[in-house]
Amino acid sequence: MDLYLPIANLSVNALVIVALGFGVGLLSGMFGVGGGFLTTPLLIFYGIPPTVAAASAASQVTGASVSGVFAHFRRGGVDMHMGAVLVVGGVLGSIAGAGLFTILQETGQIDTVIGILYVLMLGSIGGLMLHESVGAVRVARGARVAKPRKRRHHPLVAMLPLRWRFYRSGLYISPLAPLLLGFFTGVLTVLLGVGGGFILVPAMLYLLGMGTQVVVGTSLFQILFVTAAATLVHATTTKAVDIVLAALLLLGSVTGAQLGARFAQKVRPEYLRLALAVMVLLVASRMFLGLVWRPDEIYSVELS
Amino acid sequence: MKRVWLALAAAPLLMGQAQPVLVPDVSERSIEIAYSFTGAELLLFGAILYPDPPPARSGEGTDIVVVVKGPTQSVLVREKEKLAGIWVNSDSMRYRSAPSFYAVASSRPIQQLVDERTRAIYELGVSSLQLSPASSASPDVQARFDAGLVDLRTRGGLYYEAPRAVEITGGVLYRARLQIPARVPVGKFTAETFLIRDGRVLAAAVRPIDIRKSGFERFVARSAERHALIYGVTAVLLSVLLGWGAGALWRRF
Repeated sequence: MDLYLPIANLSVNALVIVALGFGVGLLSGMFGVGGGFLTTPLLIFYGIPPTVAAASAASQVTGASVSGVFAHFRRGGVDMHMGAVLVVGGVLGSIAGAGLFTILQETGQIDTVIGILYVLMLGSIGGLMLHESVGAVRVARGARVAKPRKRRHHPLVAMLPLRWRFYRSGLYISPLAPLLLGFFTGVLTVLLGVGGGFILVPAMLYLLGMGTQVVVGTSLFQILFVTAAATLVHATTTKAVDIVLAALLLLGSVTGAQLGARFAQKVRPEYLRLALAVMVLLVASRMFLGLVWRPDEIYSVELS
Repeated sequence: MKRVWLALAAAPLLMGQAQPVLVPDVSERSIEIAYSFTGAELLLFGAILYPDPPPARSGEGTDIVVVVKGPTQSVLVREKEKLAGIWVNSDSMRYRSAPSFYAVASSRPIQQLVDERTRAIYELGVSSLQLSPASSASPDVQARFDAGLVDLRTRGGLYYEAPRAVEITGGVLYRARLQIPARVPVGKFTAETFLIRDGRVLAAAVRPIDIRKSGFERFVARSAERHALIYGVTAVLLSVLLGWGAGALWRRF
């Protein structure tokens, strides 16, 4: 079933895009990530221009995170106070990201920067997750005794001035720390079309030292607003949001996300994390190959 | 086809000239891009009118070349280079006008029909395109970038040659089919027809073809361009609604 994408200016097989959305949605429901880190590269492999891919993937992440936010909200798993600070940082970051995007586009380095960022981010996060989940699996099998880990924030965070109380998170820290974190993920959202959940969640746990019961809900809350802001930023600056592409992705991903969430309840969480770590590392190595392998096309054309 | 017969009927009136005359036409004057657009096939046809009395060997040695060109674009071509183990864009070249689409069909390979100079004058053949660089560079650098641009667009199906795709019937009627891929940009296209004999272009004629988005696709593209903020808000609302709707629906089961 061929469908013409009015902004990407090419026709795609609609079923393939829906299936792609479904697969990513399944994973995002299972692992609690937005799945943007998979959508953008997969769309680029399929032949969608990188800018359109990043811009449209952001809106897919919005859709995928909505139902999650509602679910966590009902359970009281969202720290609104912390979320608001993160969102403010995220919106500022997405505006700054748009400026960076334009500069990189003009110098022709946007694709390389996207590639390098993906490799660095996914490689390091995937590596950490693999290390952590292998340990957790061994603990679960009784091969090792878990070391009780004290929850506390990073000493750098404690150094920041102007402390606030975040009751839900059980923290008394400077709002500058989550603001900077939000800003950083906002920049990434615009550049890569990712929600940034795979960075936010570990950072909230290990840098800020937030309580685990509010981490996922609050990160989804931030992702929802920042991806929405990134979509708006793309719509007004790069004009690369393809609403037809986004709708196709959403159709697949929202159904996939629901199925994935149900499946996740039946599987041991440490195995889920292990699977996610392997997947993240696979995407990272594919992107790495894309950077160092001699490309099919030495030349590229852009309109000026 | 009706047009051709009309032209043939009018032929005696036109036969005062010594040179043959071309009466070309295309199957579609305008192509609309709608939701199911996967490309189009253009039929280019027409008649060759010979002066009266027709030369003895009117049929043989007459060749037809048909060129379909897309709107010209000003483009920037970048060249990748391996730097510290990573392929990054380094050199670039700017072109003021490069056709966004270029297809040439001929009754025989063009190299056999005309010499290099004629090919360059009429831009016959992918290697004879007159790309006008905006930045000055040495000839060999420019040739490298020209080749890169042509190669890239050839692989994308935007530039191609179809030798022997033009059929000439009875020395007077010709027809050719050319594929327009889905990736072409919208705008004014032209279909040029050349009548060639003994290595010389005897007659030429141009017909315009308009390719545009229609209906919903046109509406979307236009909204994205003119009402960017509303378009963005719509995209966000759509994703929130779909995400929330799916969640609400699933909780019922």
